[in-house]
Amino acid sequence: MKKKMLSLVLAGAMTAVLMTGCGSEGGSAESGSAADGAATETETTEAGETEAADAQDGESADDAQAAGGEGGTFKIGGIGPLTGSAAVYGIATMNGSQIAVDEINAAGGINGMTVELNFQDDECDAEKSVNAYNTLKDWGVQVIDGCVTSACSIAVADKTAQDSIFQLTPSGSAVECVTNPNSFRVCFSDPNQGAASAQYIGEHSLATKVAVIYDSSDVYSSGIYEKFAGEAANQSFEIVATGAFTADNKTDFSVQLQQAKDAGADLVFLPIYYNEAALILTQASSMGFDVKFFGCDGLDGILGVENFDASLAEGVMLLTPFAADATDELTVNFVTTYNEKFGETPNQFAADGYDAIYTIKAAAEKANITADMSNEDICNAMQTAMTEITVDGLTGAGITWDASGEPTKDPKAVVIKDGVYTAM
Amino acid sequence: MSFVAHLINGISLGSVYALIALGYTMVYGIAKMLNFAHGDVIMIGGYVVFVTVSGMGMNPLAAIIISMAVCTVLGVTIERVAYRPLRGASPLAVLITAIGVSYLLQNVALLVFGSDTKAFTNVVTMPNLELFEGQLVIKSVTIVTVIVSIIIMVGLTLFVKRTKIGRAMTAVSEDKGAAQLMGINVNGTIAVTFAIGSSLAAVAGVLLCSAYPSLTPYTGSMPGIKAFVAAVFGGIGSIPGAFIGGILLGVIENLSKAYISSQLSDAIVFSILIIVLLVKPTGLLGKKIQEKV
Repeated sequence: MKKKMLSLVLAGAMTAVLMTGCGSEGGSAESGSAADGAATETETTEAGETEAADAQDGESADDAQAAGGEGGTFKIGGIGPLTGSAAVYGIATMNGSQIAVDEINAAGGINGMTVELNFQDDECDAEKSVNAYNTLKDWGVQVIDGCVTSACSIAVADKTAQDSIFQLTPSGSAVECVTNPNSFRVCFSDPNQGAASAQYIGEHSLATKVAVIYDSSDVYSSGIYEKFAGEAANQSFEIVATGAFTADNKTDFSVQLQQAKDAGADLVFLPIYYNEAALILTQASSMGFDVKFFGCDGLDGILGVENFDASLAEGVMLLTPFAADATDELTVNFVTTYNEKFGETPNQFAADGYDAIYTIKAAAEKANITADMSNEDICNAMQTAMTEITVDGLTGAGITWDASGEPTKDPKAVVIKDGVYTAM
Repeated sequence: MSFVAHLINGISLGSVYALIALGYTMVYGIAKMLNFAHGDVIMIGGYVVFVTVSGMGMNPLAAIIISMAVCTVLGVTIERVAYRPLRGASPLAVLITAIGVSYLLQNVALLVFGSDTKAFTNVVTMPNLELFEGQLVIKSVTIVTVIVSIIIMVGLTLFVKRTKIGRAMTAVSEDKGAAQLMGINVNGTIAVTFAIGSSLAAVAGVLLCSAYPSLTPYTGSMPGIKAFVAAVFGGIGSIPGAFIGGILLGVIENLSKAYISSQLSDAIVFSILIIVLLVKPTGLLGKKIQEKV
């Protein structure tokens, strides 16, 4: 009896561990997309038929709304987290994209086509983003503006490559997001962010001893970290402490912070998302560790964490391509419109979303896309056009792309001062 | 110096595990069932305090009392609805039900509060203790958690040994049938056990979220499992064992993070559980009860 009970207890403990593992976002991502492969295989053919049907539907609907544009409608599908742990990113991207769509439609659309944006929620879960993609396909999507986060982008990139649908991710920064020829991105890749961060810290002599705390179970975080560590060797500072954590251990950072403190670090580099960063800032302050913090675009949104003491974020620096207080006309107009419509100051993701739509517009115009083209033709034409266009966007002037899908632009750094992001 | 700092951080983490483990061990010791939903009751306790303090601006102490009341009602309800009908069923059925309840609570919280992380306001407002000119900082919430855990441990031990209900609990844990024949209300006694365990969960929730100020619907699950390990480690059913197990587990986890690998710490913690169970199946302080055949 005792032995039975014991084995039961152990079995219970192990199942429970397994289950919590699945509960966290990180764990489910891979298993989700793998298990999905078979299920969606059959769906693709079905969806192909619905698409054809939809295209006809689309045309008849277009006649009705002739005022919008004689060229028909151009259907852009957005995917991103509108709820859940990364909702700040998804909502901002959706809002930014919507502003761009409204502006474009008011100015006559793309090649005379009215732009329609359908933005689906993926809760920052790779499996759900594939579901969202299938929903969009049923709707008759022609171009994908997504996903917002890396793991989801990778999952959807597999599907868009199979279906030959052009994909532009506003903010999916992992290398794997754009490995397929049909996928491009607006933001920097993780390696670029890592290297650029190291260069920025070195060139501006922000620190001599740097500690890094990163999430080793997350592709975004570890991607940046690896490049950062590689580039650090060429810079005037040294990495004195490296603390990793995993998705199951992301509340207690006392050990990592203590190691950084003991090593005498004068700057802590945080290539992580804002929720964990908020905890790190709180814990550093409570252990009396007064140090500079430097992060990447994942820290954008830290001021929006509910009930977070924003004074702790004072002086935090982050490398992000967009600063809301910039004085160029484009940014000022965008920030004003965003404020009017959504009642808050846009973050970098809103700017990425806005630029993504204008990039799609530029490429579609270059490639002379019309509403009656098949998705495959659109995809091929857009793919070529992407390498030929130059976009002056919110996240950089004169952005160009090469066939690998990577953008070329200059990074900007901002610092949090008096509770707002300020250009450095 | 850094070793001492890691040790103190370990005790800080361990004291939270200890507090949760006390609730686990209490329920297991009496009702002989693993209440896997315990971690999620903790999470609910945290949300109640979050809503009352941050949302309604209530005094933290009043909020904790409300939270304890809510969790007590919740715990008793769970016992009445989900566990009591299964009193005669196999332990496996009860275990699965407990996991089901755990998921139910997580998803209800997800529905009501959303999955955005909430930054919890620390309810322990005393200043931190600084030693050696600020080189060593002991957080006030750590001191409070350790003291609260010790008080609860001593209180529970006295309660079980000295009071009438406590002795009824011991009787029920030893033999339900015989206890009933002696005129003990078995269902009532188990309900009281759940009430106590769940109100402890509320306290644990508040201190957990104060020490690590982030609150999500999954906040309770990992600490809950670690605390369960701590309870098994210390000898499940033994009240002092849960305390010692919790503290040891926290210290082992933090030291292995600091000196072995911050990514392998969980693996190390669970390996230790397996080793302890192989060497001493009843845990560190577990009683060896001779099985009668």
